[in-house]
Amino acid sequence: MSSELHFKSIADLSGLLENRQVSSVELTTAVIGRTKAVDARVRAFNSFDESGALAQAAASDARRGAGKARGPLDGIPVGLKDVIAVANQPLTASSRMLANFVSPYDATVTVRLKDAGAVLWGRLNCDEFAMGSSTENSAFGPTANPWDLSRVPGGSSGGSSAALAAGEAIATLGSDTGGSIRQPAALCGVVGLKPTYGLVSRYGLVAFASSLDQIGPFARTVEDAAIVLSTIAGHDPHDSTSFKAAVPDYRAELKQRRGPWRLGIPQEYFGAGLDPEVNAAVQRAIAFYEARGCTIKEVSLPHTQYCLDTYYIIATAEASSNLARFDGVRYGHRSKDAKDAVDLYFKSRSEGFGAEVKRRIILGTYVLSSGYYDAYYLRAQKVRTLIRQDFLNAYREVDALLTPTSPAPAFKLGEKSDPLALYLCDIYTIGVNLAGLPAVSVPCGFTGGGLPIGLQLIGQPFQEAELLAIARGYEEGHEWGQRHPVL
Amino acid sequence: MTKETIHGYEAVIGLEVHVQIKTRSKIFTRVAAGYGFPPNSLTDPVVLALPGTLPVMNKAALDAIIKAGLLLGCEIAPVCKWDRKNYFYPDSPKNYQITQYDQPICVGGQVEIELPGPARNVMGEHKKVPLTRIHLEEDVGKLNHGATDSLVDYNRAGTPLMEIVSEPAMHSAEEAFAYLTSLRATMIFGGISDCDMEKGQLRCDANISIRPAGETKLGTKVELKNLNSISFVRDGIAHEIKRQVGVLERGGALVQETRDYDGHAGTSQSLRSKEMAHDYRYFPDPDLMPVEVDDAWKAKLRAECPELPFAKQRRFVDAYQLPYSLTSVLAWDRGLADYFEQAVRAAGPDRAVAVGNWIVNFFLREVGERKGSIEALAARVPPAAAAELVGMVQSGELLGNAVAQVSSAMFSDGAPPREVVEREGLSARSDAGELEQWCRDAIAANAKALAEFKGGKESAINAFKGPVMKAGKGKADPKRVDAMLRKLLAE
Repeated sequence: MSSELHFKSIADLSGLLENRQVSSVELTTAVIGRTKAVDARVRAFNSFDESGALAQAAASDARRGAGKARGPLDGIPVGLKDVIAVANQPLTASSRMLANFVSPYDATVTVRLKDAGAVLWGRLNCDEFAMGSSTENSAFGPTANPWDLSRVPGGSSGGSSAALAAGEAIATLGSDTGGSIRQPAALCGVVGLKPTYGLVSRYGLVAFASSLDQIGPFARTVEDAAIVLSTIAGHDPHDSTSFKAAVPDYRAELKQRRGPWRLGIPQEYFGAGLDPEVNAAVQRAIAFYEARGCTIKEVSLPHTQYCLDTYYIIATAEASSNLARFDGVRYGHRSKDAKDAVDLYFKSRSEGFGAEVKRRIILGTYVLSSGYYDAYYLRAQKVRTLIRQDFLNAYREVDALLTPTSPAPAFKLGEKSDPLALYLCDIYTIGVNLAGLPAVSVPCGFTGGGLPIGLQLIGQPFQEAELLAIARGYEEGHEWGQRHPVL
Repeated sequence: MTKETIHGYEAVIGLEVHVQIKTRSKIFTRVAAGYGFPPNSLTDPVVLALPGTLPVMNKAALDAIIKAGLLLGCEIAPVCKWDRKNYFYPDSPKNYQITQYDQPICVGGQVEIELPGPARNVMGEHKKVPLTRIHLEEDVGKLNHGATDSLVDYNRAGTPLMEIVSEPAMHSAEEAFAYLTSLRATMIFGGISDCDMEKGQLRCDANISIRPAGETKLGTKVELKNLNSISFVRDGIAHEIKRQVGVLERGGALVQETRDYDGHAGTSQSLRSKEMAHDYRYFPDPDLMPVEVDDAWKAKLRAECPELPFAKQRRFVDAYQLPYSLTSVLAWDRGLADYFEQAVRAAGPDRAVAVGNWIVNFFLREVGERKGSIEALAARVPPAAAAELVGMVQSGELLGNAVAQVSSAMFSDGAPPREVVEREGLSARSDAGELEQWCRDAIAANAKALAEFKGGKESAINAFKGPVMKAGKGKADPKRVDAMLRKLLAE
């Protein structure tokens, strides 16, 4: 295990903080130092507030000194994807449109992290408005994969996965609309959890596709992910789509749930296009579970082939409407030479949005248009119901599904210039968003070239405790997550 | 419906009425709703559509529209579902409006209207104008155009708004006027809205077409906007019908368009034609879950529904035998009607007409003269005091010609009627001795009339009455004066 503070887990660090072996200021200083040392190469951060972080750390130490520490996250530096609002901090969505925007309010997850004593550290790069799978769509330039700086970290939450892998934060938050937490987690060799739709409040998350977006944690271990999830999950009166239910202590639940489990292997997730090294790693994971007494069962999700089309209709339709508010009138980029209101819209939006965002707005506008709505949007919603039903049918026989997270390991920066090729990166992850299910990516090996590989476990609605326990079952027998890139 | 025709054309009118719902907070966030506040002071991150904000429905707004639907006999949908109407305009912070597209919360229903009668005190014809739907949505902000720039005030944005759509079932400006009058009273009675058109709490657009009388197919529709008062609605529609008839009479053709009515000038001009119609790209709002409206919820709201003016009028006729001239006044203000019924309860049902007359003749005069609200004046002169006053008149204790003076005093200082009568010495019963004296004085002062009366000229008695009434200053009961004079003259 690494002796460097910036590579330790929340679980370990909270122990060290509690025993006064380290202070939050020392820990935060170490993370800041690491960030300054490596981020010129990783480029995970859009911005950071060093003095603000140190002030939070000092406040945490003062609390602890007064015997009022607030739990395992108190004093731990946590980075947020730059689509999650923090009061008085920039909120850019990695877009020119919001390059100078400062949020006057906190997202609900931000409030909960602050209440838990976390040190909020930095604004993490992503694809513009979370649209992409490589973080190359950021208006501020791409983030590099810490395992190979010539490669992408995945996306859209590539800054969140890269910062964590590079030791620039102890945990991070991302958002996942079609795989944007799990795929970069897989490509950067960390744990990434996309919770059940409705478990974590979306209030304060810059909306991409409202019915698909979920905030979730990136962490070094499954236990750390459980700690963060316990903090951010739960009903929020500011989000009508957030679920009204008691949230368990996921960390405590990990110890209660030991299996053996019944795991389903959806045959549609192992077809053409799957990288042989990724396949081999996932097969070894299946064998591992089997050796531990789990039942492995091949299942079918027959509507999988329609996931990509369905996703790109629903997600773009919602995005076209969600992004209409960026008009240059109240905030955000405002074109300097607009003649009237309509001209202001055209120019501000033309100048403020990047190519992929524009592509999706146009696509979404098209599928909602009069005369096309029934053929596209309405039909996509029906197919979506079938896709969800596929999963629910499978869960009559199994506790969770096991798949690769991404069909291939990290690719080269600039390698995929065709948007469709990039869309295919999410082939194993988007079904989960369409069905509203929880899923986690855990490291399950490395390629011969030293690139991380991720294993995806898909759980049942609101059964994160069981899902994390299954992931933990794999993690306990492996050391993949304890490796760190050399930078 | 009866149909009036102009040059053989019949008008067909449908109204789209927007009514702001009176809630403390806005429809999708907790910031206050209100009118007359400094620009952009009633805003928050949700109203301004800052990145990441989400709507959360205000239940009070849904309660109000369901109540409106129940009052108007609508069918209430089992689920309240929300849609986005997408269009770019600077008064719309999200550049989409949250509204209800294909599943309005209220379907059908009708508005009972009364057309003007042959005279003011005679009831006119009653009709029921069918409704298409009522749906809930959010209001937009307000643009203020300057010489070189435009400013936007988002205070109004997010105010809960009902859109009440009638069937194209009205045929004259008078019917539209009666429809709005009735609809407005329904909203005010239900506590749903104050419907102050000057504050934009009630706004009306009219769809107007004409067709040859007897034709069943609808003619080319013109939408008339900016009808800013109920009178402008009537005048604007009348003007538009005449304009359309004029166009056809001159051999021209009507185009489907939206026209802006200028109520002060009495003219209208075209805003846009159908070719410029928007594609609003409606789709279900993924940020808002559908809300189930169950029977218990509806039953609770139904129990809160008040009696509406026309029903009240009918009941006042049945229960109290009030004439139309009274019911048409008393039943159209909830506070006034309640006051009336409380006073009748105290005075006894046989005095209902007297109570009603007193309210219309004296109470409402005070409302007008003192410019006080009905509620404030009702608090100063409670219904029991009104009942007592009426009782005193009926029993002869107080004379009719003194009622104005007593009433005025009661409204001035809130004193009970008996106290006023005693203080001002107006009791018709306390003057037995005085009356005799006034009569003796009057007889003594007019020897000529005395001689005439004694001579058999019966009408000469009237010559004494004037001076007696004058001396009595309102306390002298004419009947008792007559009896006293006869008694004394017989001596």
